[in-house]
Amino acid sequence: MPVENVNKCLHCGLCVGSCPQNAIFLNEVRLDFNDDCIECGLCSRICPVGALTPGGK
Amino acid sequence: MDKEYDVIVVGAGPGGSTAARYAAMGGAKTLLIEKRQEIGTHVRCGEGLARGLLDQAKIPIDRTWIAAEMDGARVISPGGFTFEVDEAKAGNEVGYVIERDLFDRALAKLAGEAGAHIYIKTAARSIIKENGKIVGLKIISQGEPMEVRCKIIIGADGYESQVGRWAGIDTNLAESDIMTCVQYRLTNIEVDPKYTEFYAGSSAPGGYIWIFPKSANTANVGLGLGAHIVKEGGDPKRYLDAWIAKNPKMKNAQQLDMIAGGCSINAPLDSVVCDQVMLVGDAARMIDPMTGGGIAHACLSGMEAGKVAAEAIKLGDYSKEFFQKYEKAWRSELEEKLFRNWMAKEKAMTLSDETFDTLISLLDKVGMDNISVINILKALHEHHPELLKEFEDLL
Ligand SMILES: Cc1cc2nc3c(=O)[nH]c(=O)nc-3n(C[C@H](O)[C@H](O)[C@H](O)COP(=O)(O)OP(=O)(O)OC[C@H]3O[C@@H](n4cnc5c(N)ncnc54)[C@H](O)[C@@H]3O)c2cc1C
Ligand code: SF4
Ligand code: SF4
Repeated sequence: MPVENVNKCLHCGLCVGSCPQNAIFLNEVRLDFNDDCIECGLCSRICPVGALTPGGK
Repeated sequence: MDKEYDVIVVGAGPGGSTAARYAAMGGAKTLLIEKRQEIGTHVRCGEGLARGLLDQAKIPIDRTWIAAEMDGARVISPGGFTFEVDEAKAGNEVGYVIERDLFDRALAKLAGEAGAHIYIKTAARSIIKENGKIVGLKIISQGEPMEVRCKIIIGADGYESQVGRWAGIDTNLAESDIMTCVQYRLTNIEVDPKYTEFYAGSSAPGGYIWIFPKSANTANVGLGLGAHIVKEGGDPKRYLDAWIAKNPKMKNAQQLDMIAGGCSINAPLDSVVCDQVMLVGDAARMIDPMTGGGIAHACLSGMEAGKVAAEAIKLGDYSKEFFQKYEKAWRSELEEKLFRNWMAKEKAMTLSDETFDTLISLLDKVGMDNISVINILKALHEHHPELLKEFEDLL
């Protein structure tokens, strides 16, 4: 699952609404990823500020 | 909060607040929940608003949320050619740059006054089904997990668009229908306080840069890129930073805030309802694919969905079939425009900087007063017959 850099993330919800698996939830100031994530890499690539790194555990 | 409502609206943006207002006005017992701790902040928006649809959605104009009134808009090509749309002269509605936080709160207030219950820091987490039927939502309200029962859910959860997908409505977007955006509010810059500006071309591939003035030296300066073109996380910010750095009017710019966000720039979805669920605004992917504007569409669709929800409660019919009434209503207002502008966007994404220069200088030649499909075709034929083929299907 992607790893969030909370110091960069602007909590904008772009990754949430773009994830084809609906596998992310924005908890106001923190993202939760669920097991539906298929590691497609989209969210990390399109985050406007580069706050996600693909492939944590 | 009560344990049971007729209608639960998820998300207190312009779409959700307007839906809750009309549902409550129509007599439905309505709950409006917002996961953020404050309605309206952080502002995730350029704050540009055309007036026309607001009147249609019967949103009273309130000076407190108007930051600036615009005379018009300019589209600027990579080579510096400018096409100016003078709204007042063209007989169009003037546009505003608004204070989105105040605007959103004003709309929530109208919902509250109409009788809707509103709870903040309250997030919808999943839909509860019994025997295949929706009976309510699992929520977390100010830290407390709970269940609230309802007959109808209105998904107004914005770009995140999760409620609809939980319910089985397909709101997934193709990559080329996603615009990934970042914006600063900059002060100490030189701006024309009466014009919004759009910069097309390779400084923002697959998207554009916008300047929406808030006052004489302050503006929202943002950029969107087509997601299919973006190579690496952080590209939108890098492109915007680079553009600001080389803009002499912004050499003394100071940052007041920074936001990011997603805009859907898709053709209208096939369906935005299912049994017991209707989606409005960004959750239903109703942003104008050409301009990125979605505030007014959210209000308008919110109004229509709220009305239909109240009627459905009276009649005891919450079926997908009954909700076609909502589908018809929003589609008759927006569908054609959204589709046409999606086609135009698909085209615009493929144009080179040179073609943008040609096109925008041509539009300037045709002039706003004479702008029509036939006049554009004539001018193309006269000045750039080589481009006629490229735009045939569009015009
Ligand atoms: C960078 C950027 C610039 C833009 N500029 C403009 C512009 O200049 N003009 C214009 O007209 N449009 C603009 N837009 C689009 C505009 O912001 C949206 O169209 C508009 O906000 C849509 O309103 P809405 O009510 O549908 O959704 P939103 O305003 O996004 O509201 C959705 C609400 O739902 C809440 N929510 C989400 N999930 C849950 C949940 N599970 N539980 C509870 N609450 C939830 C969110 O916190 C949010 O408050 C811009 C968008 C972006 C990203
Ligand atoms: S897209 Fe980036 S900035 Fe926006 S919520 Fe996701 S990780 Fe955070
Ligand atoms: S990697 Fe793909 S599937 Fe996983 S959260 Fe990101 S967008 Fe969703």
